[in-house]
Formats: sequence, C-alpha cells, structure tokens
Amino acid sequence: MSMNRRQFLGLSGAAVAAATLAPGLRLIELAQARSPEEATTSLHRWGLLIDSSKCADGCTSCVSACADENGIQSHSRPATDAQWIRKVTLKDKQSGHVQTLPLMCQHCAEPPCVDVCPTGASFKRADGIVLVDKHICIGCRYCMMACPYKARSFIHEVTTGQKAHAPRGKGTVESCTLCVHKVDRGDGSTACADACKKEGHQAILFGDLKDPASEISKRLASQPSTQLRADLKLNTGVRYQGI
Amino acid sequence: MRTVNLLRILTSLVLATGLALASFSSLAHEKEAHATGKSGRVPMPVLNINTDKGDKCVQPEDIMRRDHMKFILHQRDKTMHEGIRTTQYSLKNCIDCHADVKTGSVLGKDGFCESCHRYAAVQLDCFECHSALRDASVLKNGAATAPPSAVRALNVSQKKASEPAKGMKP
Amino acid sequence: MAHVQYLKIEGRSIGFLALLALLGALIAAGLGSALYMEHNGHWVTGMNNQVIWGIPHVFAVFLIVAASGALNVASIASVFNRQLYKPLARLSGLLAITLLAGGLAVLVLDLGRPERLIVAMSYYNFKSIFAWNIFLYTGFFAIVAVYLWMMFERRFNDYTKSVGMLAFLWRLTLTTGTGSIFGFLVARDAYDSALYAPMFIIMSFAYGLAIFVLVLFAATRWTGRPLGDVMVARLKNLLGVFVASVLYFVVAYHLTNLYMTGKHDVERFILLDGGVYTRLFWIGQILIGGVIPLVLLYSKLGRSRAMIALAAILVVVGGLAQMYVTIVGGQAFPISLFPGKEIINSSFYDGVVGKYTPSLPELLLGIGGIGLALGMTTFAIKVLPFLPQSLADADVDPHHKAA
Repeated sequence: MSMNRRQFLGLSGAAVAAATLAPGLRLIELAQARSPEEATTSLHRWGLLIDSSKCADGCTSCVSACADENGIQSHSRPATDAQWIRKVTLKDKQSGHVQTLPLMCQHCAEPPCVDVCPTGASFKRADGIVLVDKHICIGCRYCMMACPYKARSFIHEVTTGQKAHAPRGKGTVESCTLCVHKVDRGDGSTACADACKKEGHQAILFGDLKDPASEISKRLASQPSTQLRADLKLNTGVRYQGI
Repeated sequence: MRTVNLLRILTSLVLATGLALASFSSLAHEKEAHATGKSGRVPMPVLNINTDKGDKCVQPEDIMRRDHMKFILHQRDKTMHEGIRTTQYSLKNCIDCHADVKTGSVLGKDGFCESCHRYAAVQLDCFECHSALRDASVLKNGAATAPPSAVRALNVSQKKASEPAKGMKP
Repeated sequence: MAHVQYLKIEGRSIGFLALLALLGALIAAGLGSALYMEHNGHWVTGMNNQVIWGIPHVFAVFLIVAASGALNVASIASVFNRQLYKPLARLSGLLAITLLAGGLAVLVLDLGRPERLIVAMSYYNFKSIFAWNIFLYTGFFAIVAVYLWMMFERRFNDYTKSVGMLAFLWRLTLTTGTGSIFGFLVARDAYDSALYAPMFIIMSFAYGLAIFVLVLFAATRWTGRPLGDVMVARLKNLLGVFVASVLYFVVAYHLTNLYMTGKHDVERFILLDGGVYTRLFWIGQILIGGVIPLVLLYSKLGRSRAMIALAAILVVVGGLAQMYVTIVGGQAFPISLFPGKEIINSSFYDGVVGKYTPSLPELLLGIGGIGLALGMTTFAIKVLPFLPQSLADADVDPHHKAA
C-alpha cells in the first residue's frame, strides 16, 4: 500500500498512544484483598468518614482498640505518651452546642509532614496511607511541628511488648497507620472503626474513597461532609460529618 | 635505605603479623560452647533451630551468614513503601523458625540473632522497634508451645554440621 | 594599606589553659547530657508531644544563625572591599565555622536517633527545607574552609574576593533556609510567614557581630594585642544598625499579624497573656536585646569599651530570648483545629497552651554547644595565625583622620 510520510507518522503516533494507554485500562475489577506479592497502587484511596453526631460522649472504645491493636502502652506520662487517636470534646462558642469526635492522622493527599521530612521517612503510600518508615526516621520531629492536626507522637522511652505487625521504638516518630496491616490483609476496616461498630455507635466508617460503590463514597456523595482545616487544601482522607 | 635491610624489616613484619593471626585464630576455634566469662571471652553463638517447618533456611547457610542483611533491607523497603508482604524474607518468618524453643525470642543469651551478633560484635538495631518474639498465635500463655519435634543443633565451629556440640540438645 | 601581620597566640599561660579546661568541662557536660538523653529516651527532658523542640533547639538555631552572621565581617572586607575590616576577616571565618559546628552538634545530639546521622546525609527529600539545610550547612563548612585558605596562603589572596562572594551568597541562602524552617510551616499560627527568612538574616547580622565583638575584645585583651578606637567605633556603629534593623522586622511581623483577625489569638498570647513568653518577649527580646543595647551603643556611654561589650552581651541574651519566644512560644500556642469552637476536653492537650519546663540535660547540651564553639576557636587561634598582631589605629588605617 502506498502511504505518504504524513499518514505514516499519524498512524505510528496513534499506535504509540494506544500502546501507552492500554496498560492503564483494566478490564478486570480488583478484589479488596491484594495478594502479598502485589504492590499497592493508586487505584484505591483509603479513608475514614466520621459522623460526629453518632460519636458518644464519654466513650473511648476507638482509643482503647487502637492502643490494643498496635501495642501502645501507657507510661502514665500523658505529656509524652504516644496517642494515635484521641477523643476531642468541642463546644460551640456562640451556640454552646457540645459535641465529641475522634481525631487521628488525616492521611492528607498533600501531607505537610511528608514535605518537611529531611530523609523521606515520612511518606505517602500509593493508596493514600501516610506512614513513617522508622528505618530511616532520624527522630528530628520536624514532621510533628509541621502537622496541622498534631497527629504525630514521638516515642520518648525504651519500648517493649510491640506487636509483630506494628513495630515501634524509641527515638522515632509515629502516627495512625490506618491499620495498614489490616488493610493489606484485606480485613476491610480499621481497629477503631470495628470497635465503634461493636459499641453500636457506628460513628467511624472505613472505605475506599476511589470506589464509587463503597459505602463511604456513597455517603460522601449523598451527604454533606467537611475536612478539618479545609482552608489548608490538604485534601484529607479523613472526612467529618456533623461539625 | 639498603635493599637488604628493607627486606629484613619486611620479612620480620610479615612473620609477626602471621604469628599474631595464627594465635588469635587458634584461640577462636576452641571447642567450648559456653565460656560464661571464665576466660572472659564472648560465648560462642547458640543455635538451636526449630526444624518443624523444614530443614533449610530460605537461602543456603553460607549465603545467609554473609548476606542476610541484604535480603532484610531489600524486603523492608518493599514492605514499607509498596506494601509487598511476601513471607520468604520477612522478619516475622525468620523469627518463626529461629526463635529459641524455650523463650520464643531471638534475643537473650540463647537467642539466635543476639548470640551471633554479640559474638561478631555487630550492633543489632532491629529489635528496638520490632518484636523479637515468635508470632503470638504460636505462643500460648506467653510461653513457647511444646518443644518442636525436631531441633537441629548447629555447631558454629567448622566441624560437620550434624555432630552436636557439648552441652546442646541432640 | 599597611601590611597586616598575623600571629598565633602564645597559648602557654595559666589563663589560656584554664579557659580550655573550662570550655572542655562544658563540652564534657554537653556530651554527658546527650548520652543520658539518648539512652533513656526524651522523656527525661522537658520536651513532649506538645512542645516538640525545646532548649537544645533554641541554642542550636541561635548558634547556627550567629555563625552565618559572624562571617559578615569577612564579607564586608572581601565582597564590599572595606579595607578597614580586612585584618578581621580570618577571625570572622573561623568563628563562622566554630559557631556552626557548635550549633549543629547540639542539633544532632538531640535527635531521637543521632546514630542515624549518616542516614540524614545519604537519604534526601529535596522538598524539605531541612534537607536543603543539611546540604547548605555542610557546604558552608567547605566553602569557608576554602575561603580561609585563600586568605592564609599569600599566593591565593587574589581569590579571596571571588570565594568571599560565594561564601556571602551561600550564607544568605543558608540563613534564608534556617528562617524558612519556621516560615514554611502552615500548621501553626506563629509561623507560616515569609518574613521569617529576611528576619533571620538580619538577626544573624546582629547576633554574629555581637559574638564577634565579644571574642575580638577578649582575644586582643587577653593576648595583649592593641585594639584601636577606630576599629571599635566602626564595629559599634555596625552593631547598632543591625540591632535596630532586627527591631524593625519584629515590628513589621507583629503589626502585620495584628491586622489579621485570624492571628489575633496568637498575637494576644505572645504580646499580652502568654506568661513567660510575654515576659521574654518584652523584657528579653525587646528591652534587653534591643532598646538597652541601642542606648548603650549610640549614647555617650558608647565611648566606653565596657559598655560596648555589655551591649554585645545583652544582644546575645536578647537573641536567646527571641529564639525561645519563636521556637517554644510558637509551639506552646495551641493549634486552632476548630475555628469558632472551644475544645473543652482532649487527652492529647488540644486547645490548651503546651506546658514546657526546660530540664537540666537540655540546658547542659545547649551550653555544651557554646563550649564546643568557643573551645574550637580558642584551640584554633593557638595553632594557626588567625589574629592580627595589631589593630591599633595607626596600623589599621594610617590615613584615617580621627572624627
């Protein structure tokens, strides 16, 4: 067949484009549980939806569950003890309305802690979970200065009794891992969300923000929600309703 | 300087170094398994390995002795940053086999990791953060389960591996 | 210009050995504290999850900022060609290196994992200003070392201008980076300001020159070298200009914040009801660090060297106070997570002013850094000819007419 140069270039360009795009078009839907050999991808984005109106005053099940799951022990020194999640009680200055909610690492899409870490120990995984690689953390605590939610804790003492799935040690910084070990195992939820459900409050919902069929996405699409410190435009993975 | 003098100096240096090395190595190859401070030397590593899961490590012994950190470092980066949790080189898997049968730990006087690292005088940083205990599902009531059915004692000296050393369980 | 002769100090007197012993003791105490803190973990210090950086960082940042400013004198000589300052250039370069070494030692020893310094020097996240600073600090050592070499080696003297220019630009970048450590943080109301970079630069001028003046006075006096009024007067006026400039930046920063309703809470905290932070701001930073030195330097009192030295000491004290208010006060003020709402309960001290009490190990570590800087300086002037033999008026500038 006879083809002029222009046609040839156009055809090859189209072929190259098709070859580049093709791998991105996945025809098979992904199962929730990833097999251990597969790397995480950005096809998922894990997050939480917290409904403050369902959160019960005085209940700290999420906090105890997190501590239990991750081997966090109290040293009776609240100023330096690590806390991955905490309950906060708020009162509106104008109306006097009192409410309570749990607060943890917000797993931002643009995390300031990742930006400031000098060694890159604070990083965001492809699926949106923000973690500390404690192998390269030097304990400078700059990420703690930078976090707008004061979500990070520094381990101030020698640590023992760690859980095998949650290594933690003196001199490094840590924060809520969104129960990454459970996520990778395919449990489909976090310890805090499970505990809240067990208590019957169901204030915390875990899910895939990128999956339109997930319950979290459906609720976010149908009901109003906010991010904490939304003006910072960090695009948090944890969203709140009722504040 | 005259060549003859230089040669003499060099020869004596080589001889002296050789003598020193020979004496040190002969001392190191003594057969005592647990010199608990009597002579002041570091005890030879204790290696009671649980062979329930099989007789071999994930790599041959000589490779593991030299290069186990390479596997560990590569695995840790893959697990941390990509979430790849294959078990072959995972630390949990190492500990499952190598944890001491009584204490369930790789640390301590009889711990696999610690006794060898102490002998080689290499800092062991992993267990500042990582749990050194065999997985809790195997452990009952904080103690190890019934001793594994097959325990192979490893003699660290260059003798045949199947020959048990003094003081170790056959 | 008269030929300047540089000589090593004799360094055999009891006084010299006593000074070295004292500084050595400070260094030992600092190292001991660092070991204690690292072994037990940071719970033995006053720093916690609310006030994350404390006294060690106050001293470290102060020394690092002062180090950059100490090079000023050499820059004025090499880059801006002021012949009068040329004899001081070597000491200026030396102080820049030693103060930076002291500051960095404190910073590194306070790390949660100081043994991982090699990790910090091999894994870089270039989006982090902290990572850039590590690069800038180590580069600064190298560049100033080369700069000093150019000054020491007669045949390279022609290169002092170009290397001096590089050192000048490098240290402006370095100090911008140090200020930006705080200026880049959106999280806290007290930080998050572009003004931090230039403010730190002008602070470096003031602190660096104050320390330089004190070291120069001590070195010339204790080794019997003459120091003329011409030189002293120039340094005095320069210090006054820098102190005034720092006050200007402080005013600009606070005025801007006071204009924004959102920042009223943090301004009220620093300026009015922050307790120790308010006292340190007004009495330490403004009065002792600013107003009194200006009075001492520009009034008739400025004719007395004792008063000039006192002014320099007050600038240093005021500088430490300023660092404390910035670093500790800025963290102590609670992060505003829920505008319009009051946090009435939290187990993680949300919404309340962070409590911080400096502990002894932290203080000893900080002072150890000062000991290291001054100890290195003392040692260096004994082994290499850093000090000019004479800074008398006639030797410094024979054409100068007395004012």
